[in-house]
Amino acid sequence: MLFYLLKRVGLAVVIVVVAVVLLYSMIHVVPGDPASVILGPRATPEMKQELHKLMGLDRPFVVQVVSFLGKVARGNLGMDFFSQRPVAEIVFKQLDETLVLVLASITWAMLLGIPLGCYSAVFRNTFSDKLVGVFSIGVIAVPSFVVALYSLLFFAVTLKWLPAIGAGESGQFLDQARHLILPAFAIGLGWVGYIARLVRASMLEVLNENHIRRARAFGLPETTIVFHYALKLAILPTVTLLGTGIGRLISSAVFAEIVFARPGIGKLIFDSVVSRNYPLVMGAVVVSTVLFVLSTTISDSINAMLDPRVRERL
Amino acid sequence: MNWIKEIFFRLRNEPMGIFGLVLVLLVVLCAVFAPFLVTHDPNALDIVNRLAGPSADHWMGTDQLGRDVFSRVVMGSRIAVWVALVTVSLSLGIGLVLGMMAGYGPKWMDSGLLLLFDTLRSFPTIMFALALVTVFGPSLQTVIIVIVATTFPVYGRMVRTQTQALAGNEFIVAEEAMGAGMMRVLGVHILPNIVGPLFIVASMDIPVVITIEAGLSFLGVGVRPPTPSWGAILNDGYAYIRNTPWIIIFGGIPLIVTTLGFTFLGESMRDMFDPKLRKDL
Repeated sequence: MLFYLLKRVGLAVVIVVVAVVLLYSMIHVVPGDPASVILGPRATPEMKQELHKLMGLDRPFVVQVVSFLGKVARGNLGMDFFSQRPVAEIVFKQLDETLVLVLASITWAMLLGIPLGCYSAVFRNTFSDKLVGVFSIGVIAVPSFVVALYSLLFFAVTLKWLPAIGAGESGQFLDQARHLILPAFAIGLGWVGYIARLVRASMLEVLNENHIRRARAFGLPETTIVFHYALKLAILPTVTLLGTGIGRLISSAVFAEIVFARPGIGKLIFDSVVSRNYPLVMGAVVVSTVLFVLSTTISDSINAMLDPRVRERL
Repeated sequence: MNWIKEIFFRLRNEPMGIFGLVLVLLVVLCAVFAPFLVTHDPNALDIVNRLAGPSADHWMGTDQLGRDVFSRVVMGSRIAVWVALVTVSLSLGIGLVLGMMAGYGPKWMDSGLLLLFDTLRSFPTIMFALALVTVFGPSLQTVIIVIVATTFPVYGRMVRTQTQALAGNEFIVAEEAMGAGMMRVLGVHILPNIVGPLFIVASMDIPVVITIEAGLSFLGVGVRPPTPSWGAILNDGYAYIRNTPWIIIFGGIPLIVTTLGFTFLGESMRDMFDPKLRKDL
């Protein structure tokens, strides 16, 4: 297992390095000079040269890439020349907001998806199972930003039940929670379907195992069997799904943050793209990529711990 | 072509699949015959009638420039279907070639291509798209590049695994012993064995691809105005959501219908051909 972990972490580091080099190279081939974009049309050649020096763009490309990788390894993502603040500080402040939104979304999705999946497995091939199946696939199919727009229209604009935009007053928990409901609903709805389907499939396998049959033979109530014995095993694939699904969750958060005008890493990247703020775009994409690679590495490692066959496949 | 016949034959007993097929056909027919279905020029401005509600003349109302929303929605289906066909075909093509090279080629090529696949898959799609937009600027081409770059590694990895599994089979070893070259082995023997399941996976990716295109156009970094795209229509509607909700409502419906159609059809096909995923497991 230790050998697997070393290999898996090594692979994750290599992927992050290649991804950062790829991103840096992309920004390097920008048509137009990043310094000119930052300084605007009135910049003199001397000012551009000074900024080039400050950004390290006057050095050979390979040196720039290696220097950037070294800085990333130390948690230094460079300087935002518009606000004169470190990129890492801005990105991590926004990352908190995104993580709260993602966590709220996945929590309610699990709270609904797991019981739905269990119900579907226990009552398999009944009308209600088929109904849950159609509902699950239906909510997976509908794009999260359409759900965000429709929920904004109906619950905030028409019914005025919930606030339309913002993240709520800082320090006021209830207000912040009210602002979290609609974006979390929009992101989580599709995940209810994913989780319900996955829990149903794994629950059906687990329910046929010997220890569950034995529990039935002892006359334990069905709810105890399902929630105390079967669910503990059936939930494992869902943990893996969450690990690999973090990228999709972050992508959905971009839309939710823009539709509901919430602060977050998605909105930060979008605003930075609009203002062509290269250091911020780089920093935010690097952080979200590292987050994604980290979560898949953790979920793969958990999987390998539970299933030795996974270790052999790497 | 036998597997296409088989799909239709097996689909008879799948009500969800038939429903999906009907929706898909509806969208495809709408895209093909769009110029005959529109009631107005989708780009014609009519400032006097801007933001008008649904009426006999404008079935889905008008947008902020007085353009007929129904005609824009109908023409928008062309962009959605076109982007889906182009990107999925390109991704399939690149994924097939690179995946077979990784699965059949030398170890160093396999390792290099696997690293490429895993690296491209490590970017959250929309973040990667926004980063690419910073470089190339917003356009339909950028959308296509983003979708292809994030989709082909999935096919590539799948093809690699299947190629490796097939490469050890006796009929391939026998063919190699008779002097068959790499091109013959891959093109004549391996390709026909992996292309069928791959098409099913690709059909399930169509709603994802359409969603990415619409999402990027909604963010204003995809299809450029005045080209009608479902995402761009939603973007127009978002700006006027408080007073003119019909743009958002009518702009979202075709997107929901399309993604539902392709997903229901794809899920049914996967259920039919993968016994492990059958509903009655």
